[in-house]
Amino acid sequence: MENLEPLAEQARAAIHAAEDGPALEQLRVDYLGKKGQVTALLKGLGKLAPQERPKAGALINVVKQELQDLIGERKAALDAAAVNARLADETIDVSLPGRGQSTGGIHPVTRTKERIEDFFAAIGFDVVEGPEIEDDYHNFEALNIPAHHPARAMHDTFYVDETTVLRTHTSPVQVRVMESQSPPLRIICPGRVYRCDSDLTHTPMFHQVEGLLIDENSSFADLKGVVEEFVRVFFERELEVRFRPSYFPFTEPSAEVDIQCVNCGGDGCRVCSQTGWLEIMGCGMVHPRVFEYSNIDTERYSGFAFGMGVERLAMLRYGVNDLRLFFDNDLRFLEQF
Amino acid sequence: MNISEQWLREWVSPALATDDLAYQLTMAGLEVESVEPVAGDFSGVTVAEIVSAEQHPDADKLRVCQVDTGAGTVQIVCGAPNARAGLRAPLARVGAALPGGIEIKAATLRGVESQGMLCAGEELGLSDDADGLLELPVDAPLGEDLSQYMSLDDKVIEVDLTPNRADCLGISGIAREVALLNDMPITPPTFDKVAQSISDTLEVELVAADRCPRYVGRVIRGVDVSRPSPLWMREKLRRSGVRSIDPVVDVTNYILLELGQPMHAFDHGKLQGGIIVRTANEGESLELLDGQTIEFKPDTLLITDHSGPVALAGIMGGQPTAVGAETTDIFLEAAFFTPQLMAGKARGYGLHTDSSHRFERGVDFKLQVEAIERASQLLLGIVGGAAGPITEVVSEADLPPRPAVTLRAQRIKKMLGFELEAAEVERILTGLGLGVTATSEGWVCAVPSWRFDIAIEADLLEELARIYGYNRLPVTHIRADLVMPARPETNVSQRYLGRHLSARGYREAITYSFVDPKLQRVFDPDITPVALTNPISADMAVMRTSLLPGLVSAVLRNVNRQQPRVRLFETGLRFVPEAEGLQQVPTLAMVATGQRFAESWSQTSVAGDYFDLKGDLESLLALTRRAGSFDFTATQRAALHPGQTASISQSGREVGYIGALHPVVVTDTGLNEPLYVAEIDLNVALDGLLPGYTELSKFPEVRRDLAVVVDKTVPGMELMQCVRNAAGPYLTDLRLFDVYEGKGIDPKRKSLALGLTFRDQSRTLSVEDVNTAIDQVVDLLGKNYKAELRN
Repeated sequence: MENLEPLAEQARAAIHAAEDGPALEQLRVDYLGKKGQVTALLKGLGKLAPQERPKAGALINVVKQELQDLIGERKAALDAAAVNARLADETIDVSLPGRGQSTGGIHPVTRTKERIEDFFAAIGFDVVEGPEIEDDYHNFEALNIPAHHPARAMHDTFYVDETTVLRTHTSPVQVRVMESQSPPLRIICPGRVYRCDSDLTHTPMFHQVEGLLIDENSSFADLKGVVEEFVRVFFERELEVRFRPSYFPFTEPSAEVDIQCVNCGGDGCRVCSQTGWLEIMGCGMVHPRVFEYSNIDTERYSGFAFGMGVERLAMLRYGVNDLRLFFDNDLRFLEQF
Repeated sequence: MNISEQWLREWVSPALATDDLAYQLTMAGLEVESVEPVAGDFSGVTVAEIVSAEQHPDADKLRVCQVDTGAGTVQIVCGAPNARAGLRAPLARVGAALPGGIEIKAATLRGVESQGMLCAGEELGLSDDADGLLELPVDAPLGEDLSQYMSLDDKVIEVDLTPNRADCLGISGIAREVALLNDMPITPPTFDKVAQSISDTLEVELVAADRCPRYVGRVIRGVDVSRPSPLWMREKLRRSGVRSIDPVVDVTNYILLELGQPMHAFDHGKLQGGIIVRTANEGESLELLDGQTIEFKPDTLLITDHSGPVALAGIMGGQPTAVGAETTDIFLEAAFFTPQLMAGKARGYGLHTDSSHRFERGVDFKLQVEAIERASQLLLGIVGGAAGPITEVVSEADLPPRPAVTLRAQRIKKMLGFELEAAEVERILTGLGLGVTATSEGWVCAVPSWRFDIAIEADLLEELARIYGYNRLPVTHIRADLVMPARPETNVSQRYLGRHLSARGYREAITYSFVDPKLQRVFDPDITPVALTNPISADMAVMRTSLLPGLVSAVLRNVNRQQPRVRLFETGLRFVPEAEGLQQVPTLAMVATGQRFAESWSQTSVAGDYFDLKGDLESLLALTRRAGSFDFTATQRAALHPGQTASISQSGREVGYIGALHPVVVTDTGLNEPLYVAEIDLNVALDGLLPGYTELSKFPEVRRDLAVVVDKTVPGMELMQCVRNAAGPYLTDLRLFDVYEGKGIDPKRKSLALGLTFRDQSRTLSVEDVNTAIDQVVDLLGKNYKAELRN
């Protein structure tokens, strides 16, 4: 029994010094296993005097319990250290960029066109498209622009042959809808249009969105309401809007819509040519003759139409200062949207 | 049209500042484009007279002038060629300020003192003429401030008129609008008609009376055309953007600007017999005032005399009968030509004149006699002479009809959305010159001869709205029945396609629908594209039959701007002429060049290839839920690599293609790297399938892998279809997980590794079930493709 404490001391040191699980297990076997040294002391109790046995047994069991606990603690410490070592090993630079395909994007004209469509779709307008190579009848005549009408000079038309043109506006789509459907109608017609004009502020192709509403009691007041709402939601600002009398053969009364310059707030700047106003769309009540071409009863129905340039709105919305960028398809430009 | 504010104010002068007047015009539909001063900003310039002009002793081109300022004489050194004794011209005295911030100081020019500067029109912003001093009338008062003398405190208001408002192509018309807008009267100039002092007339015959229903003429004899037009008239013309030519032309132009009536003056001595207004005969021609000789088309209206054409009616006069320096007798013409029959005629000869501009749009058909009277009065006041009686020939039946137009009060409410007081309706319409008669339902209106744009009720509504003010009209929200629109679930949204491609790294491009015919030919040599008769340029002359020419050009532009990796897509129409007519086909195209991934620390740099683009396209087609319905079969196409191009078909119909650009085309277009392209019928990509549920099996699946060796020429897709057909009903998935060529394999053959997954809905499959299926597959592949199992 006199060697119990030296043995315990030796075991404590060994457990403390154990570097891994197997070494620790070996110590457990060496001291506490069936042939272990502490177990041997317990087995040697029989050699002691009967009155001494309980006291010695208790002392040995205290040591045994202590060593078991120490081994457990040491094992837990070694496991935790192993996990920590693995975690440290697995540490990465989380700030590095992720892997995979870079993201592309939608053209700003499409983006703008879709926004416009959404606003009108939300109040019940259907989106309709039509042909871009169009006949004279749908592009001009049915819109009350007969041959040699001075208004044709406003259009700079591309011709394919004498009676076939590249549509100069998306209004022919409205004619096609009026031919095939009956009022009430609420449609918008987005798409490419073509004018034979190319300079700093004109491209021979651009995009329009035109709208048409025909119902039994639609009035110029409704038209004003729709246009003012659109300006408010599109620009997400309260901008002054003014309606200025103008002339389109297919509407009467006709109006140009000007908004307060989005760049200078109406003080006058380069964007608005110092006028404080920006022209953003044409509109008006559908001309009775246009209704007559499509056999719509002008006594029962009235309606209004409006048309806007998508590039123009995109330029104002995003501050683009060169129209031609839209068709240059320079990635440095496209990547900004 | 440019109008002088002063001139307008002679007719009607509301108490409005210029800008407010301009705003009022704009808001009434007469859009003011600009307001500009009529002269440069200067001060200290007065009227002076050159008393003497001596040659400068030391400079050939300079003269030393003694100048009477009205308050003494100063010496001025002047280089103007027209500096001469007796000339009155503007003098900028020492201390004067000229436009552009120039300050006049006393100077010594080559040793001679100069006390100021005599001015050319250009130096004062009064004309473009920089060649000599501005010559002032001999009665210009010496010493008077030039601005005051010439009434330069004036603005030019440029009005951009819409084609319907021909009535405003003269001061009188604009004045009528301004008077109504300000609710005040109009004061036209008053003048005494000239006395008829001779009896000479010229006979006028209207053969084409439908085109010229009214012709008014007058002979004036004994004119002196060497006399200058008065300064006030030249100034009014200048401010209206018209050059002063000679007094006769100046007067006719003055009437055009004042009343909107184009006029013409012939040299009476050069006219043969009377005037006949008729259409051209075959082969007739005339040298016009602009110097060009025109051979007339048969449908052209001419003013002729008994020898032939003397003027292109309503467009331009002829040179042979033009008024010149030697002219003593003139014949004045004021006519009305029917607008619809004038439309397009000038343009047909490449002409556009102030006259044709007005006649095409409509001139007041009751104005002609008044115009002749006014012109006679002005003309005789300048060039003298004696006037004959006015000849007026008219075909009343051919004058424009002016049927009364009915306006119903309830339509005002319906179309404009509010009720306008009857008194206001009547005030507006009367102010526009309409004859207004009230009825139980509204009004009946007589339309004046100067309005060609009022024929129906809507025209009157527009006038009411315009004069009342668009911005004062009410604003309402639309009301409609809320009906849910059809939204077929099988339609794949085009937006969804765009976002999908965007997520896979593609940027949307928009290229022109017209392309270079040469590039077009490279991609579609067998199709004759739709050509434009008036293209904007030679390289934008034909309508695309493919989206690729535009996209390839866009890629090239980016590559040339140091962007080696480009992935673009576009949607739009192709224009394909076919036997049954022109097809305008909605199409989607994709192009990709450069590395598979953008340069990154985490991925090795690998060149993108055919299968990158194909994978992107397949992922797109998978959105339709019909991925399996598309067949990719090797094909050959112009401009594409013969060994790397597939035709895409669905149910036997070709719907698109995908491939690599032919290496020769890559080089020819200026690209350095391979470019992969695909084009597909957009409607096919939008035509989806409704999802349908299949019960999930509770039983385990079994996977077997199979490696077969076949000839390299065997298309993998076809072989996989064969496997599907042979494997029986339990096959639920088939994957090609390896393709191997090379060591250990016959060089003409390749090994394909296939993973087959089997499962049944109602039971666990036995080994025999799977073995049977595999045996069938191996058998059929052996039979069809001489496939051998690879060991």
